[in-house]
Amino acid sequence: MHPAPSVIFFTTFSGLGFGLLIWLGIGMPAVTGWTAFAFFAIAYVMAVGGLLASTFHLGRPERAIKAFSQWRSSWLSREAWCAVGALVLMGLYGAGLVFLETRFALLGLIGAALSLATVFTTSMIYTQLKTIPRWNMPLTPVKFISFSIAGGALLAGQVSIAIVLLLLAGAIQLLTWMQGDKAFAASGTTMATATGLGATGSVRAFEPPHTGTNYLLREFVHVVGRKHAAKLRIISLLLMVVVPVILLMLPFSHILGVLALVSHVAGVLTARWLFFAEAEHVVGLYYGKR
Amino acid sequence: MTTLPAKTDKKLGLVIDLDTCVGCHACVISCKGWNTENYGAPLSDQNAYGADNSGTFLNRVHSYEVQPDVGAAQLIHFPKSCLHCEDAPCVTVCPTGASYKRVEDGIVLVNESDCIGCGLCAWACPYGARELDQAEGVMKKCTLCVDRIYNENLPEEDREPACVRTCPSNARHFGDLGDPDSAVSQLVAERGGMDLMPEQGTKPVNQYLPPRPKDTLPDAGHEFDVLAPFLEPIATEPKGFLSWLDKTLEKF
Ligand code: SF4
Ligand code: SF4
Ligand code: SF4
Repeated sequence: MHPAPSVIFFTTFSGLGFGLLIWLGIGMPAVTGWTAFAFFAIAYVMAVGGLLASTFHLGRPERAIKAFSQWRSSWLSREAWCAVGALVLMGLYGAGLVFLETRFALLGLIGAALSLATVFTTSMIYTQLKTIPRWNMPLTPVKFISFSIAGGALLAGQVSIAIVLLLLAGAIQLLTWMQGDKAFAASGTTMATATGLGATGSVRAFEPPHTGTNYLLREFVHVVGRKHAAKLRIISLLLMVVVPVILLMLPFSHILGVLALVSHVAGVLTARWLFFAEAEHVVGLYYGKR
Repeated sequence: MTTLPAKTDKKLGLVIDLDTCVGCHACVISCKGWNTENYGAPLSDQNAYGADNSGTFLNRVHSYEVQPDVGAAQLIHFPKSCLHCEDAPCVTVCPTGASYKRVEDGIVLVNESDCIGCGLCAWACPYGARELDQAEGVMKKCTLCVDRIYNENLPEEDREPACVRTCPSNARHFGDLGDPDSAVSQLVAERGGMDLMPEQGTKPVNQYLPPRPKDTLPDAGHEFDVLAPFLEPIATEPKGFLSWLDKTLEKF
């Protein structure tokens, strides 16, 4: 899949922003007044910024409102509802904390649940696609959620919890890579089934249907970046888990906290790039590529 | 609505004969021609006369080489457009309701004025049957020429998809695959029509007819060589007058 910057930014930052909102919703940290304002501002910049970035890959962003209509069948539509619901409720809850110095606990819990649901629905947009075997597995939502709450804990300053959750998220990421590497073969889709010609003999793409490129090849067949995949996996794991965990275990200071966060974000961005660049769409088979 | 109908009254679709397709791309051109001038936004091209050209097509023809365990390789031309799947994953993922499957005939269409161009339906289609038009920002796909097949302004013989009407080798057939007595259904039964990527669970309506086995050439030992001895050259070196003529001419 083409690793479009808009989608990488969207999944990374909205994941982090909603992750922070989950923690704020359950009252960890239990902040009020201006401190609360600062936490909520960070969460909203990330969550809303991520959502706005996602509209850049739309062909017709001016009609985006129509995406709310198909919640019965479409995960993308459900994501839109959950995101707006979470942002509205958490906005009210945050206003209570900031201006009234009052914590409406139930509101916060519902807001946290909707924030979690937003991350889940985002992940389901990818997980549901049978055409991309690497994504089409239960570990995909587990990974998205684990990184969202681990990153959220980091942002929320929950140091000891963040260490555990980061290690957990790292382990889930490793499992996802291991299982993902076998997924395409396990899906059973090959050039033989794609063309139906497997019974006659071994199939080779002889000539593509066009001399230039096209939308399908640009969007779905991204072979270039995979060369360095193994190195990038190590780099991303170091940045998003190992470095932040070490920094958090040192005696706490705000500088180290910020460094841990920066490293984590850089690592998640790298891992998200890989998430797209390594994903192979079955349509590539028609072009003799993967 | 992007939930799929439980059942459609008809299953209109195409039957594509991989045995007779000659790979001329006439269906590609007639499809682009008809669909750029009729239903929905035109099918745009980018940089059409430059070095790096690309454009939107609803139907494309691949070519494959198939090498059997024994015998010569075969070249198969392979036209591919939307298969109007019964269990169309492209429809259920759409957030806007722009993509839908018609209850009356099973045709899968995009309502372009609702489409936000998120591209998710193209991600969900295993066959590469959907392309996002770069000029219009909306999703384009084969309409099964819905604006021809019911069009009473056209002469009767033209009320079939443009690609079917154009194909010079009759490799494309159009009809109701839900009716076991239709000509297309019988053709599929007779020739062993197949689904593409059945494991994806899309239940495509369009069917592909496999290429027939190639004729085998007669064994070179017998039939072809019956007359060969009579055709052996008799004199290899010229003699006498011819030899003199040959040598003399060489000198000039
Ligand atoms: S071929 Fe692709 S676009 Fe057409 S109905 Fe099937 S999944 Fe949808
Ligand atoms: S590109 Fe258009 S038709 Fe396809 S899923 Fe998005 S809104 Fe629906
Ligand atoms: S049925 Fe019409 S739209 Fe579909 S491939 Fe044929 S010509 Fe193109």
